[in-house]
This record gives sequence, C-alpha cells and structure tokens, in this order.
Amino acid sequence: MKTATRQPVRAVDPESLRIVEGPGLYFPHHEFPCTGSRTGQLSRDRRVLRAMIRFENVTKVYDQKARPALDAINLEIDRGEFAFLVGASGSGKSTFLRLVLKEDRASSGAVYVAGQNVATISSWRVPRLRRGIGVVFQDFRLLPQKTVFANVAFAMQVIGKSRSVIRDTVPEVLKTVGLEGKEHRFPHELSGGEQQRVAIARAVVNRPGILLADEPTGNLDPTTSMGIMGVLDKINQNGTTVVMATHDDDIVNEMRKRVVELRNGVIIRDESKALYTSMIPVVGASRRLKDASGREDTAPPATPGSEGAR
Amino acid sequence: MRLAFILGEIGGGLRRNLSMVVSVILVTFVSLTFVGAAGMLQLQINQMKGFWYDKVQVAIFLCSDGATSASCATGPVTEEQQANLQTLLESAAVTQYVNDFTFESQDDAYRHFTEQFANSPIVDSVTPDQLPSSFRINMEDPEKYQVISEIFSSQPGVETVIDQRQLLEQLFTVMNGASLVAVLVAGVMIVCAILLIATTIRLSAFSRRRETGIMRLVGASKTVIQLPFILEGVIAAVVGAALASGTLWAVSKFFLGDYLSQQYPDTAFISPGQTLLLAPALLILGASLAGISSLLTLRKYLKV
Repeated sequence: MKTATRQPVRAVDPESLRIVEGPGLYFPHHEFPCTGSRTGQLSRDRRVLRAMIRFENVTKVYDQKARPALDAINLEIDRGEFAFLVGASGSGKSTFLRLVLKEDRASSGAVYVAGQNVATISSWRVPRLRRGIGVVFQDFRLLPQKTVFANVAFAMQVIGKSRSVIRDTVPEVLKTVGLEGKEHRFPHELSGGEQQRVAIARAVVNRPGILLADEPTGNLDPTTSMGIMGVLDKINQNGTTVVMATHDDDIVNEMRKRVVELRNGVIIRDESKALYTSMIPVVGASRRLKDASGREDTAPPATPGSEGAR
Repeated sequence: MRLAFILGEIGGGLRRNLSMVVSVILVTFVSLTFVGAAGMLQLQINQMKGFWYDKVQVAIFLCSDGATSASCATGPVTEEQQANLQTLLESAAVTQYVNDFTFESQDDAYRHFTEQFANSPIVDSVTPDQLPSSFRINMEDPEKYQVISEIFSSQPGVETVIDQRQLLEQLFTVMNGASLVAVLVAGVMIVCAILLIATTIRLSAFSRRRETGIMRLVGASKTVIQLPFILEGVIAAVVGAALASGTLWAVSKFFLGDYLSQQYPDTAFISPGQTLLLAPALLILGASLAGISSLLTLRKYLKV
C-alpha cells in the first residue's frame, strides 16, 4: 500500500497500457494483488492505479447554456474488464470516449487512464497515451487505397515499428480477427464485417491495454455483429480492457457483460452481467437505483466513500 | 523505417497536389529571383565602389580656353598659378589629407578622352585646348573632400573642384533605387508565396485527413504527422530557390559576364561565382518561409 502512495505515477508508461501476448500474459495490475482489494479498504491512490479507466466527478460542458454532456460522472473500469456503454444518442457516450482519449478536456473532475490523470499529460505525451488505447468506429475508417495488410501495418509504421516486426505481427493479428488469407485485398473488396475486422486488427496491433469501440456493429447485420463481438471478446480474453458504446440491444443481451447506461449525461445504471434494458424500472436518481439493482461483483461508481462496498 | 515512411508520405503528397506544388515552386522562384536581383545589385554597387573609389577621387580642374566659370575670367591658368597650386598641394596643411596626386595635362586629358570615346564622332570636334588640365588627388580619407574643395576652389586658375565620387554616387543612387524596387516586388511576391504555401498545405492536410486522423488515434507523434506536410512545402520552396539561384547565376554569367562586360570593358562586374554566394541565402530563406508558413497552417488545420 505504501509503495503505491510513495510512487505517484507522473507519466504514462506505455508499457503499463500494453498487453504482451503469449502464455504469460502481462497484467500490470498484478503488482496490486486483487486479494487485497477484496479484503480490505484500498487507499485512493491504489484504486486509481488498479482501475484502467477511472472518472472522478467528471463534468463536460460544451455549451454553457445547454445542459452538460456529462454531469458529475463517477465510474471505474478495471483492467481486463468488458463494459458496454449504452444510452440514447446525446446521452454522453461519445463524450466519455473522447475524454478517455484526451480528445477533449473535462470541464471539471479528473479522468484517470492506467493510473494517470490525463489532464496532467503534456500535449507531446498524448501520442504515448493513445498508443495504449485502440479505437474502433462504426464507419471502419480504413484507408481505401491500402490493402488489408497495409492498413494494419500503417498503425505500426507511424509509430516507428521496424519492418521485420510489422511483417511478423500483422499476419498474427489478422489471424486473431479471422482474416487469414485476405491480406492483399482492398477494403472495397471486403464485406462490412470483414472491414470492421480490419479496423479492429489495426486498433489492437500495437497491443493497447484499452480498446474503445464506438458502435462498432452499427453498420452491420445481426449475424455479422455477433462475429465482431466474438473478436472483441477474444481480445478481451487476452487481457485488453474493452469499452463499447452501442445501441445494439441484441448484442448486449447476448454478451451479458457489465452495462453502464447513460441518460442526459448521467449514469442511471451500472450493472454487471446485465441486459440492454434494466429489469428494474428506472425512476429518479441513479445512485439509489444502482444500490437497489442487486449487483454482486461490479465496482461501484467510484466515490471515495463507497469503496468499502467492494 | 519511420524515415522511409515519412519520405513515402511526402512523395504521395507531392504527387497528389502536383499543380499546387508547381505553383508554389514558381512563386518562390519568382520572388526569390527578385530578392536575389536586389542582392546582386548591392554586390555590384560594392564592387564598383571598391573599384572606382581607389581610382577617382577629387579632381581640381584648371582653367582652360573654353572655361566659362567666373573664377576663370582672367583666362587660362598660368604657369605661375599652376606652380602655386602644386606647392599648396605639397604643403603640410594639405598632405595630411592626400595620399598622392598626379597632374593631368591637356594632352593627357585629350588622350584619355579619345580612348574613352573611340567610337564616337565627338572625338573629331574636340581639340586638346578645349579640355582642362587637372590635378588628380587620391585622398587619404575620401570623406574629407570638403576640406580640399574649400582650400582650392578660391585659388586663382582653378575652374572647379569636383569630387568624382559624387558622379558615381548618382549611379549608385539609381542602382540602389533599382534594388529597392526589386526588394519591394520581392516582398509582395513573398507574401504571395507564403499564402500559397499555406493554402497548398491546407489542401494537402485536408485531402489526407483520413490518414492523419488514424495516425492521431494510433498514437503517432506530432513529428511523424506534421513533418511530411512541412517538408512538402519546404521541398517545393527549395526547388523554387534553386531555380532562382540558377537564374541569377545565368544572368551574371551570360548577361553581365559575356555581354555587358564586353560593352563596358572598364567596369568591374560581379562574377558568377560571387552570385552563387547568394544561393545559400536564397535556399535558407525559401526553406524557412515554407517551413514557418506550413507550421502555422498546420497548427490551425491539423489537430494533433
């Protein structure tokens, strides 16, 4: 416990965000044994370090006159967790993802990624933060003039990986997402599902600790979507924390993972192994509802006072 | 690897934006040619100053038959007046300002005149009598012309004291004016170049926003994202600067060197080698113009 308080993390170490593949998966949080977290009170510093993504009372205001996009959000997503972010358009899902990537600054409150308050990351270190985070979008965002291989290799080239490392890694990742033998196709020669697999391969090729997916199945039919979910699940199994914003109720109901529901910038539900729509009628404030939702092993929205609940 | 990647990006960008790149090259070429022309004029002025100031300085023209000025009312200079002047020139009051002096007789003057205007019919109508004899003074300090002028102007037998530098100064004024015009034109052209480079880089950044967006997301550093764009502008500007240097060199070699120096064999023109001294300055100027304007543009249009 003391070690954690004595060593405040000042800079994001990209290694702490990265997952090393292989039999001995590297979980940086092993330094902070889970047993301790279950048995006793954790110091705040330690909780900050253990969580992969942690929002502390985060408010984001785009327009002073309108309501905040995010309103005093407290949320903690642990390393290796798989969480759905659900809610209507405009509920704050995309803002949440943007804050994690430091595309925007929180108006107030603190966002921690891998134990580091992103507000303290200097602009020239932001790329290092982003190397630890993979992102997938609804519209794939592939480069149309590049082949599948080149699209995935691009993500490695631009951060200066050597040609031999690229040659070794890309086929491996393409295999993980189920695109073996399609290295030399162009994006327009692929189906939507396959294109999204390429995008996922690109997002995880640098072994990020976090994968953010912004409605990755929004353009896909249900069967293809389930295939994509299989890929994301596999990546999650390998130790990557996955946060997926989605409207797709079938998928959420099928996966039975943690569900965080946002409405008008407020978390109105945070359940583990949950369904797209809560089985409990949603009335009134969120905090009381969550307490009534009968969660077993989900982290509560992290307010320092509520930590004993875990 | 990263270098190869950046070079590839630059190549792609230049190819995709070819017409804009060509216009950037041409605009920097023209503007830097004007900058270089101004520089050449200044070099030429310095060259001529060095060449002439050693030779011509102050001339004391003595009264001749044709002299019309009031100081020559008594007729042409007498031998006695001339001897007095020579004594005065050798006196301590004057020698402190004078390196040395020579006497140019009317015959000497006529010979120089006929040499200088060998091809002109005016030679036939001039006789040695009409040309004034003179003392040619090489000054210790050319700026002390006033002292000599005051001492000698009022002496009998002196028609006029001329600082020949003043004749040259007129020429230099004209040349300075020309180089000022060149600098002004260059200034306008440089503004054009800066705006054009900014627009080109903006277009280039816009046409590649997909790539740069992905680069941002996967954590490419600012350098890797921005460098290709900046280098694109810099390369175009450097090509323009190289063309401008080449043009200036050609002007000094073929126009000054082969043509003008034959027309005016007495005049020392700058050599092509001297012109090439301007080339590094033009290259650096072009590169920094492009670099700075693309950097500022990117700051606005390419978020990293």
